[in-house]
Amino acid sequence: MSTIYDRGAPGRRALALPSLGQPEERLLGLIPAGMRRKRPPRLPEVSQPELVRHYTALSRMNYGVDTGFYPLGSCTMKHNPKLHEDLARNPALADLHPLLPPEDCQGALALLWEFGERLKAITGMPGVTLQPAAGAHGELTGMLLLKKWFEDQGEERKRTKILLPDSAHGTNPASAAMVGFTVVSLPSDRRGMVDLGALNLALGPDVAGIMLTVPNTLGIFEEDILEITRLVHEAGGLCYFDGANLNAYLGRARPGDMGADVFHINLHKTFSTPHGGGGPGAGPVTVSEALLPYLPVPDVVRDGVEFRLAWDRPNSIGRVHPYLGNTLVMVKSLVYILTLGDEGMREVSAGAVLAANYLRAKLKGAYVLPYDRLAKHEFVLSGEGLGEGVRTLDVAKRLMDYGFHPPTVYFPLIVKEALMIEPTETEPRETLDAFADAMLAIAQEAKEKPELLHQAPHATPVRRLDEARAVREPKLRREF
Amino acid sequence: MNPYIPHTGEDIEAMLEAIGLQDVEALFADIPRPVRERHRPVGLPPQDELGVQRHLVGLAERSTGRKLVPFLGGGLYDHYIPPVVGHILSRAEFYTAYTPYQAEVSQGTLTWMFEYQTMICELTGMEVANASMYDGAAALAEAVLMAHRATGGTTILVPRSLNPRLREVVATYAWGAGLPLRDVPYDANGQLALDSIPDGICALIVQQPNALGTVEDLTGVKERLGKAFLIAYASPIPLAVLEPPGSLGADAVVGEGQALGNPLSFGGPLLGFFATRKDHLRRMPGRVSGQTQDVNGKVGYVMTFQTREQHIRREGATSNICTNSALCALAATVYLAALGPDGLRRVALLSFERAHALAERIARLPGYDLAFGGPFFHEFVVRCADPARAVDRLRRAGIAVVPPAFLHPLGVRDGVLVAATEKRTEEELDRFVAALGGR
Repeated sequence: MSTIYDRGAPGRRALALPSLGQPEERLLGLIPAGMRRKRPPRLPEVSQPELVRHYTALSRMNYGVDTGFYPLGSCTMKHNPKLHEDLARNPALADLHPLLPPEDCQGALALLWEFGERLKAITGMPGVTLQPAAGAHGELTGMLLLKKWFEDQGEERKRTKILLPDSAHGTNPASAAMVGFTVVSLPSDRRGMVDLGALNLALGPDVAGIMLTVPNTLGIFEEDILEITRLVHEAGGLCYFDGANLNAYLGRARPGDMGADVFHINLHKTFSTPHGGGGPGAGPVTVSEALLPYLPVPDVVRDGVEFRLAWDRPNSIGRVHPYLGNTLVMVKSLVYILTLGDEGMREVSAGAVLAANYLRAKLKGAYVLPYDRLAKHEFVLSGEGLGEGVRTLDVAKRLMDYGFHPPTVYFPLIVKEALMIEPTETEPRETLDAFADAMLAIAQEAKEKPELLHQAPHATPVRRLDEARAVREPKLRREF
Repeated sequence: MNPYIPHTGEDIEAMLEAIGLQDVEALFADIPRPVRERHRPVGLPPQDELGVQRHLVGLAERSTGRKLVPFLGGGLYDHYIPPVVGHILSRAEFYTAYTPYQAEVSQGTLTWMFEYQTMICELTGMEVANASMYDGAAALAEAVLMAHRATGGTTILVPRSLNPRLREVVATYAWGAGLPLRDVPYDANGQLALDSIPDGICALIVQQPNALGTVEDLTGVKERLGKAFLIAYASPIPLAVLEPPGSLGADAVVGEGQALGNPLSFGGPLLGFFATRKDHLRRMPGRVSGQTQDVNGKVGYVMTFQTREQHIRREGATSNICTNSALCALAATVYLAALGPDGLRRVALLSFERAHALAERIARLPGYDLAFGGPFFHEFVVRCADPARAVDRLRRAGIAVVPPAFLHPLGVRDGVLVAATEKRTEEELDRFVAALGGR
């Protein structure tokens, strides 16, 4: 794959710039010699047509939601409404500097305030911070809130453990560790849910709390959720809910009604903002009454028709973002909520759960389904036993030849050769059928022509790439 | 019908039948009944597209700040964004893709990430860079955590001239990790006054240029630190002209990449860049794209060194970061490619020229002076008896500067922070000077 550095020639540029009012040397002379740059950075030198061709060519080697079906489990790759993109580019928002005094950014503050209120209502929780820039950032914020809470209770030295079901996202243990908590893994039971017996054994005066994903990463709703949160609370712990899977029950249930103390929301999942090839997203956090005093500052508050920033929170954990959070991402999600209304939000979860269970029903004969029960927005198959030496990775790569993005693979860790499928509500039934047909055809191929899978993909810009080589001989930048 | 959900009544019936359920509500029977019963709607009817658009634009336009001429800095800068950047970013194949876990269908993203990493290394003078962090503050906080992992030290030396927003975020992360912060003062030039370095420290942070706008001299600093980390927080446009901290021994160079082709966005999303030395590669947070080959020997790119990351290493990961700021990093890549080395230097020097022209003229006004004697780049502090009054005069002339309270944590109570970029015109400079000088 050629890079932009392989194009162009010295002296070419893609932009006409104004001239300086004086010789360059004179200006450079104002910078002490020791601080002046000796060698310019090696950057590409390309004309505008070359620049556009290069990045257009790169874009055509990418697969996005707008390209086709993207059933990446736990990532909620739903359609990204186009109105949102236009509104976020409105100069009244995009060109606004965050250090303007509140009286000069009333519009942006009004919008953030409204968004925060909507999130509180949707999650049934009384407090919100919009600062976290991503889901994992929200988790970190949540863990800091727990630390502060126990510090205030005088228990921070005692309560050092965070309980985590073995099906948890990797970000959960990583976030807990960043705040110095020790992670204790909880086994899942045969239903694919938290084992209540194991939970009871693990709870004690050294437990700060539990991190739960609801529904969990098997796509199964924790039917004992009320019992779980009651037990944790009775033992003096707090309940963190990972909201990555909110799409499963949007408009039908609220974490606040399930006993959550902290809940993060991935706007780039449930609330339709694009993933951008790995961000930016946003991870606002809602909290229970108990944790209100510890939320990050400042807060956007409404005084009549005016909006201002409030700092009066002496026990705050402090800032997790230098400004108020990813405003331009939040705008998109606010528009989404307003477009859908309550009825639309219920349709979202209905459509997502319907599509997942439809695919589950279609595929369960051809693939192992380790937890065969009603799924929520996603479900997990296993690629075991498909054919001679065939692994889940082969199935994933072969799907590319059929024109589909593969599901999430090898996660959750408790299912061998996992294939985690999340279709979302935005796919027509014809697409779901076509995907199911491809999966069934691949299962057949695995038995009859396994080499087709081993060698897949065949129809992509590059064939299967050597990941081991990338580590053995690291090339992480162009060398000159 | 919901415009984003293509299921007709007929579709729904057929799908329910395949599943073996009677109605949609049965899909939610596993949610405990009390939870379902406690649910309350938000109280919002669905709205049409035009209506929502009007509502949002109406709200956004209440921000009077959009009509002011920005001489605002404080970490984010109003540089010109060439339209070509927005056009590339609008390619849906880029912006509707996820993190490139499946390399064969993500060569677009992985290739530009490799380009971006190269450009960041070149700008900062470092050997490796990751594919982005949320923002400069998070990048700095993560650099502090990396320094702790690498050196085992705990105390972080933090200049009083560090941007207060950065300091607040670093303080939050450091508190979480149990790392104490210790102040380092600045001198009359507004430059770091590093007298003695206590034993057992973990890292020294230096901002370049610092929050007062002053350019720091990093010569010899790393030598004095020994194995403790020198973490440079550098502004990317000035790096076109300033010696990169990597050439002066920095162990990590991080910063805010907004100025590279990204709008101010009311402070988010932003772009944290993160670069370090090869030795620390395995301690580095974040995604990295690496070059490799496919089975036919064709060059391609993959996400690599994933054993550092949360989805593999879990509680042993170098960071919890997952979603980052990829699309903003793409903007920076296209921006830097569009400008090239000469264009970037031009933007830097135009900003420098405007700021210096303005500073000279302000310093000639009675009652106004430059607060610090050190060299500055495109931002500086004006000293005056009544900053609030000065800001008010500017505001009435349609000019915005950072509110003076921003400087209070730095110990400056008689100053106004002023920044200029290549976008500021002669007429705007005249207006600025006239507003301050007026009676």
